[in-house]
Amino acid sequence: MNLRLHIWRQAGPDAQGMLRTYDVRDVSEHMSFLEMLDVLNEELLAKGEEPIAFDHDCREGICGTCGLVINGRPHGPLPRVTTCQLHMRSFKDGDEIYIEPWRATAFPVLRDLVVDRSAFDRVISKGGYISVNTGNAQDGNAIPIPKKDADRAFDAAACIGCGACVAACPNSSAMLFVAAKAGHLGLLPQGQAERSERALSMILTADEAGFGACTNHYECEAACPKGIPAEFIAMLNKDFFSAALASRD
Amino acid sequence: MDLRSNIPGGPIDQKWENHKADLKLVNPANKRKFSVIVVGTGLAGASAAATLAELGYNVHAVTYHDSPRRAHSIAAQGGINAAKNYQNDGDSVWRLFYDTVKGGDFRAREANVHRLAEVSVNIIDQCVAQGVPFAREYGGYLANRSFGGAQVSRTFYARGQTGQQLLIGAYQAMMRQVGLGKVKLHHKKEMMDLIVVNGRARGVVMRDLVDGKISHMTADAVLLCTGGYGNVFYLSTNAMNCNVTAAFRAWKRGAAFGNPCYTQIHPTCIPVSGDYQSKLTLMSESLRNDGRIWVPKKQGDTRSPEQIPEDDRDYYLERKYPSFGNLSPRDIASRAAKEVCDEGRGVGPGGLGVYLDFAEAIGRLGEKTVSDRYGNLFDMYQQITGENPYKTPMRIYPAVHYTMGGLWVDYNLMSNVPGLFVLGEANFSDHGANRLGASALMQGLADGYFVIPYTLGGYFGQGGIERISDDAPEVRQAVEATKEKVNRLLSINGKRTPTSFHRELGKIMWDYCGMARNEKGLRTALERIPALREEFWQNLTVPGTGEQLNQTLELASRVADFLEFGELMCLDALHRNESAGGHFRTEYQTEDGEAQRNDDDYCYVGAWEYTGEIAKSALHKEPLTFENVKLATRSYK
Repeated sequence: MNLRLHIWRQAGPDAQGMLRTYDVRDVSEHMSFLEMLDVLNEELLAKGEEPIAFDHDCREGICGTCGLVINGRPHGPLPRVTTCQLHMRSFKDGDEIYIEPWRATAFPVLRDLVVDRSAFDRVISKGGYISVNTGNAQDGNAIPIPKKDADRAFDAAACIGCGACVAACPNSSAMLFVAAKAGHLGLLPQGQAERSERALSMILTADEAGFGACTNHYECEAACPKGIPAEFIAMLNKDFFSAALASRD
Repeated sequence: MDLRSNIPGGPIDQKWENHKADLKLVNPANKRKFSVIVVGTGLAGASAAATLAELGYNVHAVTYHDSPRRAHSIAAQGGINAAKNYQNDGDSVWRLFYDTVKGGDFRAREANVHRLAEVSVNIIDQCVAQGVPFAREYGGYLANRSFGGAQVSRTFYARGQTGQQLLIGAYQAMMRQVGLGKVKLHHKKEMMDLIVVNGRARGVVMRDLVDGKISHMTADAVLLCTGGYGNVFYLSTNAMNCNVTAAFRAWKRGAAFGNPCYTQIHPTCIPVSGDYQSKLTLMSESLRNDGRIWVPKKQGDTRSPEQIPEDDRDYYLERKYPSFGNLSPRDIASRAAKEVCDEGRGVGPGGLGVYLDFAEAIGRLGEKTVSDRYGNLFDMYQQITGENPYKTPMRIYPAVHYTMGGLWVDYNLMSNVPGLFVLGEANFSDHGANRLGASALMQGLADGYFVIPYTLGGYFGQGGIERISDDAPEVRQAVEATKEKVNRLLSINGKRTPTSFHRELGKIMWDYCGMARNEKGLRTALERIPALREEFWQNLTVPGTGEQLNQTLELASRVADFLEFGELMCLDALHRNESAGGHFRTEYQTEDGEAQRNDDDYCYVGAWEYTGEIAKSALHKEPLTFENVKLATRSYK
C-alpha cells in the first residue's frame, strides 16, 4: 500500500517544530508501524537527510519506551495495543497518517517524536515503593495474600509507564499513572504502612512536575495499552483526601 | 593474565557462608566515603544500586534509556526459579544446583552455581516484601509451576510478565534511594569507555544522548550490569538498543572475555516476515506442551497447511526423538528446525519456518481449553502475523535469545581488572554453555541483591584504593579516545547506513556462528567480518552532528563494536573443538546427531585477552573441576 505521512519534526528542545509530509510506497501489511518508519528512515539516510527520531526499544509492548500519537490517538487506532505492536494491516492504501509526539508540559519534546518522561521517575522516587531494605524480608509465604487481591494489584502493576494516559488527557494529568502505582501497592498488605504518605507525596510531586489535575474525562483509560481502569483513580483520591485531612496540623 | 577464580575452600554447601565470614567489612562511617558507578539498570543493575545505597555507599546509576525501568529484563515472560520446595515435591538447593550444572552442559563453575541456588530462596522473600505481585493460590500462598522441563515445580511467576514485575520491584527500590539522595541517576547517558588508572577500574566515559556531550565520572569501583550481546546477530529477541559496547570497551581495557561463543537459540519465535524485519518476538515455550511441530515431507510444497494430508507431513521431532518428541530441549529443537529448513522443507516467506499445529489439541481438548491455556499467546501471535492460530497452524522459527558468555569474573564477580565487577547476563559465570528456563532472572537478582553487597565490601576493605585526580592522564586519554571515535564515525561521509552493516554482519554470524557451526564456515566468517569492518570505516553515512540527539550515531557506534566483537565470537567458536550446550560444531556430534563434548581437552573457561588486534587475541584457560556433580552426557532420545 501507499501512504502519505505527516510527521512532527523538531530539531531540538527549544527549536520550532512543524509537520512535514512524506510519501511511502509499497508498504507491506505485515510490517509493524515502527518498521514502516524504519524503512522511511533508511530512505532518508540514503538521500543524506537526517532520519526521524522516535523512541522504541523492546518492540514487544512491555518496556513502555515507544509512544506516538497517531491520527490524534496515543498508540494509534487499536485498543490495548502499544505503538510497536500496531501493524500496517490496520491501515489501507491511500491513507493519510498524522504522527506526533506525546504533548504535555511535563514531557518536553527532545527531538522530533522523542519526549523526556523523567518526570514519571521523579514521581516514583517520592513514594512509589515499599520501604524495605534488602535482607529484611520474612519468608514469602508468611504473608498470605488472597488471590483476588493479588490479581487486582497485578492489574494496576501492569502499567508500563509509557505516558499515553498523560498524552490522552486534555489536562495532561498523570493521575492514572500515579493511581496505578498507588493501587498496586495499596492493595497489598505489605503496602499499608506507607499508604497515606505515598498518595500524598506522589500527587504533590506530580503537581510540581507540571502534570494537570484529573477532571474525569476517562481519556486515560481509553488510551491505556494495558487497560488499567480509571477506578484506581477513585481509590487514590480516597487515600489522598484522608491523608491530606490527617496531615493538617 | 590473572585468572584466579578465588573459590573459597570447604565443602560446596559451606563455601559461601565461610567466604562471607572471611570477607572484610567496611564500617558504616566509612561506607559513605566510597562511590560506585553502576552501568545498566536492569535486574542486576537496579538491585545492586538499591542495595549498595541502602548500605550507605554513594551510587551513580547510568542508563541509556529515558527511564531505568525500560531495561530489557522487563521483557522476560516465564518466571524465576527458587529452591523453596513449597510444593513438597523433592526440590532442594542441591537439586537446583545439580540441574543448573547439568543443564549448562558442565561448563559452569560449581561453586558459583551452588551459591546461586542458595540465595534463590532469599530473592523470592525480598521480592514479596517489595510488593511484587506473584501468582497466588486461592489460600493466598505463592503459586509455582514446572518450567523448561524441570522435574519439580520451582518456578515463581507473575502472569506472563515476571520480568516486568521483578524489574519494577528493583526499580522502585532504587528510585527510593534516588529520592533519599543516595543514588544519583544519570539517564540518557551511554557508557562509551572504561577508565582504568594504575591497573584499577576507576570510572567511565559517557555520551549524553540528548545533547551529545561527552563527559567522564570517576569512582572507587565500576559495576557493569549491561546485559548480553545477542544483537550481534542483528535479529534476536533482544530489545533494539541492547548492545555489547560497555563490555567490549572493558575488554579492550584489559578485562578478559569468557566463552563468547556460548549463545542460546530459542526454538519458538515468530519467523521473519520480510527484509524490513527489525526484531524477533518470542512465543512461550509452553506452547510445545500441546502443539505438534511439522513440515511437509516434500521440498517446495507450497500447498496451504490444511491441504497437506497427514501422509505428506513430517512430524520430525516426534520421529527423531520419540521419548521427548515436541518437548525436546531448546538447543535440540532449534537445530532440528534449522535442518529441515536447510533441506528446503521450511514453510512461510523465505522458507524459514515450521508449523506448530494445535488442530490435534483442539480436537482432543476443545477450543475452550486450548484458549484457557494459551489464549494470550494466540492473541499476541494473531496481532503480529494477522493469522488465527485456532484455524491455521502457527509458524515458528528459532531465534537468538540469550548469551551465556560474558566478561570473565572470579567468585566475587570481579573481573581480572581490580575494581571492575560484572553482574547478570553481562558476566559468563553461572550458566555454562546453556541456560535453563527461569534462571536468568534468578541470576540477575542474586548478583545484585545478595552477592555484590558482600564482595564489594571485601574489595574496599582490602584498602589500597588511592585518591585519583579527575584530570589524570588515563582519564583524559579515555575521554579523548571517545571523542575521536565519535568524530571518526561522523566524518566518513560514505553511502551505507549503520543498519545495512548491522544486518549484513548479523547474516554472517547467523550463517556461520549460529545454531550449527563448523571450521569451514567459521573461517569464512573470519575473512568476511574484517572485510565488512573495513568497508564500514570507509563507506558509512551518519548525518547530523555529535552535539544533538542523533540515533544514527548511537547505532553506528554500537555496530562498530559489534563488527569487532563478532570476530572474537568466531575465534572462540573455532577454537572450541567440541559441541557443548548452545555451541554445536557439526564435526563433533554422535552418530545420532547429538552434541559431543570433549571433557578431556575442553573442560575449561575460554577467557580471551585483547592484545591490540582482534585476530591475535590471546586465549587463557581457567580449568573447570567437577567435584560434586559427575560429568555425564545429556540424552533426550
